[in-house]
Amino acid sequence: MAEHTEHHIVPIKVYIGVFLALMVFTALTVAVAKYDLEHIWGPLNIIVALTVAVIKATLVVLYFMHVRYSSKLTQVIVVAGIFWLIIMLAFTLADYAARSGWPTQLGQ
Amino acid sequence: MSEHASHVPGLAHHFVNMEQQKEAGTIGMWIFLLTELMFFGGLFLAYAIFRATYPDGFLQGSHLLSVPLGGLNTIVLIVSSLTMALAVYYSQMGDRKKLVGFLSITLVLGLVFLVVKYFEYKEKFEHHLFPALGWYNPDPSHLAVQYQPQVRVFLWIYFAMTGLHALHMIIGAGILLTLIIMAQKGRFTREYNSPIEISGLYWHFVDIVWIFLFPLLYLTGFHVGGGH
Repeated sequence: MAEHTEHHIVPIKVYIGVFLALMVFTALTVAVAKYDLEHIWGPLNIIVALTVAVIKATLVVLYFMHVRYSSKLTQVIVVAGIFWLIIMLAFTLADYAARSGWPTQLGQ
Repeated sequence: MSEHASHVPGLAHHFVNMEQQKEAGTIGMWIFLLTELMFFGGLFLAYAIFRATYPDGFLQGSHLLSVPLGGLNTIVLIVSSLTMALAVYYSQMGDRKKLVGFLSITLVLGLVFLVVKYFEYKEKFEHHLFPALGWYNPDPSHLAVQYQPQVRVFLWIYFAMTGLHALHMIIGAGILLTLIIMAQKGRFTREYNSPIEISGLYWHFVDIVWIFLFPLLYLTGFHVGGGH
């Protein structure tokens, strides 16, 4: 069961490419946030912002943090952690959303 | 002991070879980062619940933050992630000079981030926008009275999340300083560079937290005019 964790050195070109993509996505998220997309659809602004953030985070995890080149065991650990985070977020928010009288407004 | 393992510099005696040692270090660091993920995740959860509860307060509160300063810090952190990745690269190549160089640039960028953050916090204190210890007393000409209780909740989230993030940056700066000293002493080689790599994992993780904080805190109110 010898995993082939060959000492993989990521070429500098890949790091520069990921860096440029991160800068472009940062500019994109700022540019889009200027526009009121909520006229089109209520949650559109936050959906765009979170989608861009998830893409940026994925690039960092895969390339800067080498997960794309890591052993299967490391990859499973990373995916499991994200899965548990999603459980915490989704189940708690589902619980709140199912309550009557929520959301209430403060100071009104 | 087979393969004269004890003769390899940097190999601890309880590992079979460098590869196994490196794998153990990487997995150990990832397990730690997952606890961090759940830790920050709880705060993101609080953010989501309070934002859904007080949408107006979050728009008004977000409007109090400086997009140029938050954007500048975003760029500083992304560049620092690149220089950290290059430090890892040069440690793998066994280039001590460039390793120390890129670690030092990363440290300087981390300190630049913290200085910008300091000025942001200072401005909030000066405008009585720190939401605790009797400091919270916003000027009604800047923040309509009916929004003030909701905005206070937003500012609590803002200070809790960016404060915890800044604490991680301070710890990261300490780690980088330690690595620079160790690298200068020649402790790392082409074969042994796990401390550089797993510290890089930590640094990139802290960058990822900011990648989410920037749009959620600073950009949320960017498209509205503010309720003056």
